[in-house]
Amino acid sequence: MSMLEIRNLSASAGEREILRGVSLTVNAGEVHAIMGPNGSGKSTLAQVLAGHPSYTVTGGEVTYEGEDLLDLEPEERAQKGVFLAFQYPVEIPGVTNAYFLRAAYNEIRKAKGLEEVDPMDFIDVLEEKLKVVEWGPEIMSRFVNAGFSGGEKKRNEILQMAVMEPKLAILDETDSGLDIDALRIVASGVNRLRRPENATIVVTHYQRLLNYIVPDFVHVLVGGRIVKSGGKELALELEARGYEWIEDLAGTGAIA
Amino acid sequence: MTAVADRIDTTLPAWLEALRQQGEQRFAELGFPTSKDEEWRFTPISPIARATFGTAPEATVTLEDLAPFMFGHAEWPRLVFVNGRYSAVLSSVAVESGVRVESLALTRHAQPTLEKHLGRHVAVDATPFVAWNTGQINDGALVHVPARADLTQPIHLLFVTAPGAADSAVYPRNLVVVEREARASIIESYVTLAAGERYLTNVVTEVVVAENAWVEHTRIQRESEQAFHMGLTHVSQERDSHYRNFSFAMGGAIARHDLRSHLNAANVESLLYGLYFGRDEQLVDNHTAIFHDHPNCRSWEVYKGILDGRSHGVFNGKIFVTPEAQKTDAKQTNRALLLSETAKIDTKPQLEIFADDVKCTHGATVGALNENMLFYLQSRCIPHAAARRFLTYAFAAEVVAEVALEPVRAELDRLVQERVGVGAKA
Amino acid sequence: MTSPSVESLVQREYKYGFVTDIEADSIPKGLSEDVVRLISGKKDEPAWLLEWRLKAYRGWLKMTEPHWPNVTYKPIDYQNVIYYSAPKNKTKLASLDDADPKLIETYQKLGIPLNEQKLLAGVAVDAIFDSVSVGTTYKARLMEQGIIFCSFSEAVREHPELVQKYLGSVVPASDNFFAALNSAVFSDGSFVYVPKGVRCPMELSTYFRINTAETGQFERTLIVADEGAYVSYLEGCTAPKRDENQLHAAVVELVALPGATIKYSTVQNWYAGDEHGVGGIFNFVTKRGKAMEKAKISWTQVETGSAITWKYPSVILQGDDSVGEFYSVAVVNGRQQADTGTKMIHIGKNSKSTVVSKGISAGQGNSSYRGLVKMLPRASGSRNYTQCDSMLIGNKCGAHTFPYIDVQNATSDVEHEASTSKIGEDQIFYCKQRGLNTENAISLIVNGFCKEVFKELPMEFAVEAQKLLGVSLEGSVG
Repeated sequence: MSMLEIRNLSASAGEREILRGVSLTVNAGEVHAIMGPNGSGKSTLAQVLAGHPSYTVTGGEVTYEGEDLLDLEPEERAQKGVFLAFQYPVEIPGVTNAYFLRAAYNEIRKAKGLEEVDPMDFIDVLEEKLKVVEWGPEIMSRFVNAGFSGGEKKRNEILQMAVMEPKLAILDETDSGLDIDALRIVASGVNRLRRPENATIVVTHYQRLLNYIVPDFVHVLVGGRIVKSGGKELALELEARGYEWIEDLAGTGAIA
Repeated sequence: MTAVADRIDTTLPAWLEALRQQGEQRFAELGFPTSKDEEWRFTPISPIARATFGTAPEATVTLEDLAPFMFGHAEWPRLVFVNGRYSAVLSSVAVESGVRVESLALTRHAQPTLEKHLGRHVAVDATPFVAWNTGQINDGALVHVPARADLTQPIHLLFVTAPGAADSAVYPRNLVVVEREARASIIESYVTLAAGERYLTNVVTEVVVAENAWVEHTRIQRESEQAFHMGLTHVSQERDSHYRNFSFAMGGAIARHDLRSHLNAANVESLLYGLYFGRDEQLVDNHTAIFHDHPNCRSWEVYKGILDGRSHGVFNGKIFVTPEAQKTDAKQTNRALLLSETAKIDTKPQLEIFADDVKCTHGATVGALNENMLFYLQSRCIPHAAARRFLTYAFAAEVVAEVALEPVRAELDRLVQERVGVGAKA
Repeated sequence: MTSPSVESLVQREYKYGFVTDIEADSIPKGLSEDVVRLISGKKDEPAWLLEWRLKAYRGWLKMTEPHWPNVTYKPIDYQNVIYYSAPKNKTKLASLDDADPKLIETYQKLGIPLNEQKLLAGVAVDAIFDSVSVGTTYKARLMEQGIIFCSFSEAVREHPELVQKYLGSVVPASDNFFAALNSAVFSDGSFVYVPKGVRCPMELSTYFRINTAETGQFERTLIVADEGAYVSYLEGCTAPKRDENQLHAAVVELVALPGATIKYSTVQNWYAGDEHGVGGIFNFVTKRGKAMEKAKISWTQVETGSAITWKYPSVILQGDDSVGEFYSVAVVNGRQQADTGTKMIHIGKNSKSTVVSKGISAGQGNSSYRGLVKMLPRASGSRNYTQCDSMLIGNKCGAHTFPYIDVQNATSDVEHEASTSKIGEDQIFYCKQRGLNTENAISLIVNGFCKEVFKELPMEFAVEAQKLLGVSLEGSVG
């Protein structure tokens, strides 16, 4: 059974139709890259999968581990192992990273029928997780994303991913705005978390990230639909020719 | 009223000639600003308006003369301009392939980048001084970093005023273009070998930061304390880009830097830091403006000033957030330390926010050294005068720490120590 | 609602008939010198206090009532008010079933014990519950250390010299229209005195005040901490009483002598639905503290804008090195309004003040912060830090900040930070994507926002405050 099956998904934000029939299958152990020009619907797809209230699904189905994903509340999807690394991670002043991460961690444990951990035990858990993003413990007493630079926010997303150990991780433009050094750290963090049992969808605008997080499949989204799929070479071809090439192809119907 | 410089070079491509004429015309129309102009209310520039400036003479400067200004790294690529003229012999343009570091004067016929960007970002009448500069465009620096380049060394644009430049003016015009996903560090220095001379530097720098590019820009102004320095930096940022600016000002009888940052797409980060010093009768003015026109952008501004004697500081920080710029995160902090009873600061933070889902914070403090802290240091056997110097240094050091390039940070730190009177020279 | 020992003391259920108690000598409506004399006479006050009242009254006659643009209330006819109500003059309900069900629901959510619910709802209560026994226990403990905590009337009787020394020293009768009115006709309130060097061992709460009967419209409170003393006072548990009085004008004076500390915390722990609404009750409270050399006064408050309330707790930083603090969370939902703020007046050298004001607006609520920081010429080296944060939940609410900074010397430091942010779908969605449900998400975010203020509250109040926020913000995010 595939982990995630998206069949003909359509979604809109208010009146505006953004996704117009997206179909995609993701199996455990795979990395799928979604690329596309601005406004193609890449981030929308990521957010719809996570259940963002701004979007309305107008058609199609999504099955996650055999279950109807669209029927679940966002927190239920999270508890079942769906993780979204936000394009714009949100700040929560006054709430420390330590507190927030433990709350999230315990929700996952509860969902798995495990006992919650107390702050002391969690410190041990955290030590391991911090290594994934090469961070020190000082980050724990800072408030969630408050006063964080763009790069730090993205890194914090990967730390949360490490803590929550999702089955399906969706990275929404995690590389946008990062300089090359930050990119390497974030990418190696993601790579460290890869397992045969989990899967990753990487939404990106720039090919460079895919030099570090090497995809098994690359899909190009144009006008709310996947217009071309291929292996990792497709990303390189896109980079060389630019998005106009794909848009032209899509426009002339040259793509099946 | 006007000061006219003779044209140095004669052949200009048509587009550049048109631009110059536009500048000349606009400047003639606008004239110099007066205190009735809101933007110049606290900055009397009548000494500049009254003066007459000639062309700066050619001068010979040696590499040794420049050594103190090179942060101990003579190997960094650099463009050197002496009295406004490019000096090939003093410059060093060995850079990675694809990177262009060139004199505007030598390159303007051959460079499509120039035509695409020069004068296309900053309005010709952004200020009367910009119009004046545009009408006098002749030379300056062109830096073009191609896509995906990751420069290992910073590029230094060094403008030196040599002795004999009294009553002359220079009008450098700079353009820095960093293409998508590239990373570069630029240092722009205005220094003098003519310590007591009165001259005018009227400079405009346009910086273009393309998609997902990363630029660090350090601007150092150490002109003669009798000179006039009018500078404007216009930054255009594209999607996902990051721009960081550190503006350091110590010189000038009248010195002003206008820094305008346009966030032209979503997910842009703009960090503006500044440190300025004033003593005797200096007037040092920093005007910043950040334009949030798109959602999810972040701007962070920290400016600190240390004013002594009868100096006069001016800080005006504007932040504009249009209705489309939802989820803007803007923070502005402005602190001034008045070391004497006669030093003065006019500060005006100005937030115009028209989006309702934003986070905008601003904080301003003006004050003297903290009596309690002074007392604490004295109680640890540090004499009052030394304690004052130490605390002043600490005030400045906090913002100098934001300079990422270590050799530059160290040099600025040394300058601060020297001015404040702490460290080895105290 | 807080201490278990109270619960154990009060175990009886009460049975009621319909009780109407009218004192034989109620006075006619209207205000005049005779009324003032009558009030003073009924309370058996000494001559000096009567004179003080009369002086205030005469001054009041010469003042004009102020009006504020943000507040609407029916004009008050001062001659149509009864200025003296004997205790237990109100008609009582037979049982809780007769009380407003929404009110009762709120009490239950806040965990208020049943008997206290009855008291607050205006249900007749047996005299035994009138906490004399409870109060006596604490009173004795405090008296061992020389701490006086009693009703104002009792203080006038038992400790007249203390009252006379400090009454009006922070809020003189001439201060403003309502202070003058209050000074003339004040009914009762609290009095606290902590002797030199004594640290009051427990939080003093109005709950334990001897006179739990109606405090009336014109409450007067005086708290004095002598040199080096410490006291923390909680003004709380003031749930909505069934009160037809249109105007409440209270005065609270805090006197912190050199080296002393006074903490005054208020959690307005009631949430009035639309039925109780905003119309009709206008609450004007003059709360001011005077801090002498090296003394400290802190005001901490959490309130919901359930009525039109005008409160500007202030601190006069009289002495050198004195400290003033103001921590506030104001929550408005529905169509409520809150207008909060503070005044910090720096007179002493090196005085320091800190203001942290958090406003949360939801629904169509509107919250304003109005603050004054004034540094007088002698206040060299003084510092102020003000932080005003507004959080908007939803699209229809508003928050406004009006800071006034007046610095009259060259060495003061005034630092002001203000931020407005929106907790919209995004913050909630972020928490949900990390496994938290909506309720937990809101609670997490709002408590994080208010953290700096909550940590200033005594612990019991902090818990109450969090619950209050939860109740106030229910339904604010669809």
